Amino acid sequence: MVLNPPEQLRFDLSIIASWISNDSRVLDLGCGHGDLLAWLKQHKNIQGTGIEQNKEKAASCIERGLTVLQGDLKDEVQDYPDGFFDVVILSQTLQQVYQPDELLKSLARIGKQVIVSFPNFSHFSIRRQLLLKGQAPKSRELPFSWYDTPNIRVITLDDFRKFSRDVGYTIVKECAINTHDQDRKGKIVSFLSNLRATYGIFLIEKKQIL
Amino acid sequence: MKIRKKLFTYKVAEAKQVLDSGLQLDSITIAYETIGVLNETGDNAILICHAFSGDSHVAGFYEEDSNEENPGWWEFMVGPGKGIDTDKYFVICCNILGSCMGSTGPSSINPATDKPYGLDFPMVTIGDMVHAQKEVLDHLGIKCLHSVIGGSVGGMQVLEWCVRYPAMIKSAIPIATTMRHSALAIAFNEVARQAIMVDPQWNKGDYYQQHAPDLGLSVARMIGHVTYLSDEAMRRKFGRKQQNNKDFSFNFEANFQVESYLRYQGSKFAARFDANSVLYISKAADYFDLADDVNTQESLQDLQGNHLKFLVISFTSDWLYPTYQAKELVKALKRTGQDVSFCEIEADCGHDAFLIQDSRLSNLLGGFLDGIEST
Repeated sequence: MVLNPPEQLRFDLSIIASWISNDSRVLDLGCGHGDLLAWLKQHKNIQGTGIEQNKEKAASCIERGLTVLQGDLKDEVQDYPDGFFDVVILSQTLQQVYQPDELLKSLARIGKQVIVSFPNFSHFSIRRQLLLKGQAPKSRELPFSWYDTPNIRVITLDDFRKFSRDVGYTIVKECAINTHDQDRKGKIVSFLSNLRATYGIFLIEKKQIL
Repeated sequence: MKIRKKLFTYKVAEAKQVLDSGLQLDSITIAYETIGVLNETGDNAILICHAFSGDSHVAGFYEEDSNEENPGWWEFMVGPGKGIDTDKYFVICCNILGSCMGSTGPSSINPATDKPYGLDFPMVTIGDMVHAQKEVLDHLGIKCLHSVIGGSVGGMQVLEWCVRYPAMIKSAIPIATTMRHSALAIAFNEVARQAIMVDPQWNKGDYYQQHAPDLGLSVARMIGHVTYLSDEAMRRKFGRKQQNNKDFSFNFEANFQVESYLRYQGSKFAARFDANSVLYISKAADYFDLADDVNTQESLQDLQGNHLKFLVISFTSDWLYPTYQAKELVKALKRTGQDVSFCEIEADCGHDAFLIQDSRLSNLLGGFLDGIEST
């Protein structure tokens, strides 16, 4: 096996990994080079699938023995049977999705639970930039200019809580963290999280219709 | 790496093989080659299925080829330390039923008449070809395949293997292929067949005692060859470049390099391949349709009940079996819950890209094969 998972996951991914049960079937959307999937396969014996748009990244996943589909995530989530995955992970991708509501509906169909993480746009440093400089904010989490950013959605933790409810999800678990882009270290933020957290991670599931 | 072509002949009655057409051959010979060593547990065998006009000579050199002038058709992919590593795997490649490179086909002797079959040869399908390969594997004592791999018509055989014998397969790599031909692909094949059949030398398939329909076969290959290339590849290779940089001759000589290239490819092919085999194999490819089987076969599983692992590969510039057809296959496999990976490779050389050296393709196959757990 050439799986070769990293010794230590990025801080936000390590929290996501801690929420995943052994032997579960996992779909990782926008899986990059497949570090999370490789780690979960090694340590939690999951059956994992990844979806990755970038051809080189998708190929590098397949080369390490992971099951990965190269393609657009809104198309690739379509054909799986209902409830096929125990968990679907959408890590730091929601802010780049064109139709997030449609995507979350699709994920509710194929996954029993969905984990979503994204950079928090209401962090005080972002608020300060907009307030004092009057320019579109940049941060280590969102480093692009308005004209070249792939992050077409600005989301705050409060926005996501409301959005989840509106599209019919229940929030099972949530975790606000303070960490930087590629860091393996970070802190969990429990006080004034909408202001102080750089990222939010949510575990949501579709409300059961009684 | 020295390789020997071997022949295996079996009596069809003993194998109880009825062709999909309902007809039966008396006996079938399949030419095959093997590379590497079958391990003690017998779980390191990989079957490679060749494309339309290929043969069993997948890699290495024949003993009699002392100057090593004729490598196998997938030399860059198959061998010690390569993508399909013959230090690890025991590789088998069979010439397909209906071909003319050692296996039984329309140019073989019909035992009933002691003359070549010609059109008396029964129509064979991709399924019939796969059945004959299974007989070879039984003969070799192979009960389990680590993987079945093939491009184009070889990819069709891969899919047929998965549907017919899922229990003996761990993984499958269909490359640049389709679950069924589009109208475009059938149309190209029909033009090729008509080119052969309108050649007076074809003589309703009965030409083995006289001149073969080489002109018709050349034209058939010319159209085939265009479908294996791409607009980009032809623009890059030929553009409007003229032969010998001369002015136009204002007649029908080959002025453009692309004309001269196609004529050369056509006549080279006519010298090595049988026209009737083109008719039979092209029809088999046109008849092939596994869409219903792949869409409905609930779970393709091996003997241990594990899902087969699929790696589907397409190429951006393949206009014979474009990426959308590979995606249809991927969708069908997803719907039935298979373990499927897919990658489209950026390549401008068209359908034939899988035959052209590319480390991306070798690395993909190598990593995928290493990740398949053995029993």
